Amino acid sequence: MSGLLQNLVDGLGQGSIYALLALGIAVIFGVMHLLNFAHGELITVGAYVTYFCFTRGISWYWIAPILVITAVLTSLLIEQVAFRWVRGASDSTLLLTSFGVHFVVEALFLMYVSASVKTFARPGWIANTVDLGVARVEVVDIAVISITIVVLLITAGILQRTMFGIALRAAATDFDAARLMGVRSNNVIRGAFALSGALAGIAAIFWLMRAGQATPGAGLTPMLKGVLAALIGGLGSLRGAVIGGLALGVAEVMLQSQLPSGIAGLTDAFVFLLIAMLFIFRPQGIINVGHAERV
Amino acid sequence: MSGGSAGPLLDVDGLTTNYGSISALRAATLQVRPGEVVGLVGPNGAGKTTLVSTLAGLLSPAAGAVRFDGADVTGFSPDTLLRRGLALVPEHRRLFPDLTVNENLKIGGITVPARDRAALIDEMVELFPVLGAKHDVSAGYLSGGEAQQLAIARALMSRPRLLMMDEPSLGLAPVLVDVVFDLIVRLREQGRTLLVVEQNATRMLGVADRAYVLRSGEIVAEGTGQALLADESLFDMFVGKHS
Repeated sequence: MSGLLQNLVDGLGQGSIYALLALGIAVIFGVMHLLNFAHGELITVGAYVTYFCFTRGISWYWIAPILVITAVLTSLLIEQVAFRWVRGASDSTLLLTSFGVHFVVEALFLMYVSASVKTFARPGWIANTVDLGVARVEVVDIAVISITIVVLLITAGILQRTMFGIALRAAATDFDAARLMGVRSNNVIRGAFALSGALAGIAAIFWLMRAGQATPGAGLTPMLKGVLAALIGGLGSLRGAVIGGLALGVAEVMLQSQLPSGIAGLTDAFVFLLIAMLFIFRPQGIINVGHAERV
Repeated sequence: MSGGSAGPLLDVDGLTTNYGSISALRAATLQVRPGEVVGLVGPNGAGKTTLVSTLAGLLSPAAGAVRFDGADVTGFSPDTLLRRGLALVPEHRRLFPDLTVNENLKIGGITVPARDRAALIDEMVELFPVLGAKHDVSAGYLSGGEAQQLAIARALMSRPRLLMMDEPSLGLAPVLVDVVFDLIVRLREQGRTLLVVEQNATRMLGVADRAYVLRSGEIVAEGTGQALLADESLFDMFVGKHS
């Protein structure tokens, strides 16, 4: 029982990171219809920034905010350099552009930084656990879960209460109608990329604390998890993205611990099998985004 | 309200808009003066929606010029035109169904200073009391008549100098069609300037100061409502719609 609870907390910790990434992907998909396969590059860039800070002796307490700022700026830069030229283009053009950004960023790090693995120290407390009575859990899981809750509440507040949030939701439903109301496309798209970047930056903190290394392909796995989580939740649905992320994290950890040791290495394969089954029964994902929201 | 100029508020000269290789609107020339209610009537596919969509910046003209309050605004984006004072209630209303009535109104007033927004919403609720009763309801749950009132209120939130409406009575029950035309009369009494696309030509000509008749992408007639209603060459257009 305590093992199961421990796995659940572990899964929610992992899932929180996926949820933050998926939410950023869903925000951009909602406003631009872009499935952003370049989202992981925010983590790749963050990984090198972390490595650079590490070599300068900067502590994780400083690295954390630096990562969020870096991710926001990188996200805005990618929008400015790549995506603004394909606004309103077909879905496949957008998809190919995001793949292009992914490969270009990876290639730039390979060519101009290094092809080898750059390691940096994880925080000292990363493996610490606390005994909650019913289960022994990792401190980092508690940290990531509580910070994610706060971040999600702030994000919900922005989307529900601010003019920017209302404009973003309006533009996600009907972009032209929003422009007729005076919503500036630039503001709402840049705002979406900034928000998406901030969420990825917070995810990057915990992802990189665990990874402890930077490689040109560092962003690939988190990107795939984020995209998968967004798809599981129902692409375009923000709530769905969060649920999808948590579900993916919990499913991964549960399978890893419950599968017989001989096939535990096949966790990813089993996760994909579960996802395939989900899509057979609910092709639209967990949350069905209505007609109007898709237009 | 008129900006002090004696000339037309909206001055459209030779406006042509293409859909691919088809020109949906050919060399349209028209004017709207401050305080006027101008109708745009004509059969389905005549280019009425193309005309107002181009004027609102949703479509780019292939040729011609649009002047608003004396300044050239040809090819401007919708959000810039709105800031100049040119608002459109689009065809099919295009409310934001997942946003509440109140949020729809707020977004309509995104260009006005935040401190004026609450007072403007009160003003809209006074004009359309049903919106006050349903301020927290998602716009997607409104009836056709309520939705049309919200669409007009949302456009008025920006304090437009020229309000364009595209088929405001389309799809409404007859009793609600009356509500829409009563509203046009009320807005006219408030001194607002309106350019209204209507398929219901007879009704529109009854409330408009002047109207333009479109057919196959061209303006074929212009005049006061009474003059157009009396024009026998346009008779066929009105019979189908009048019942």
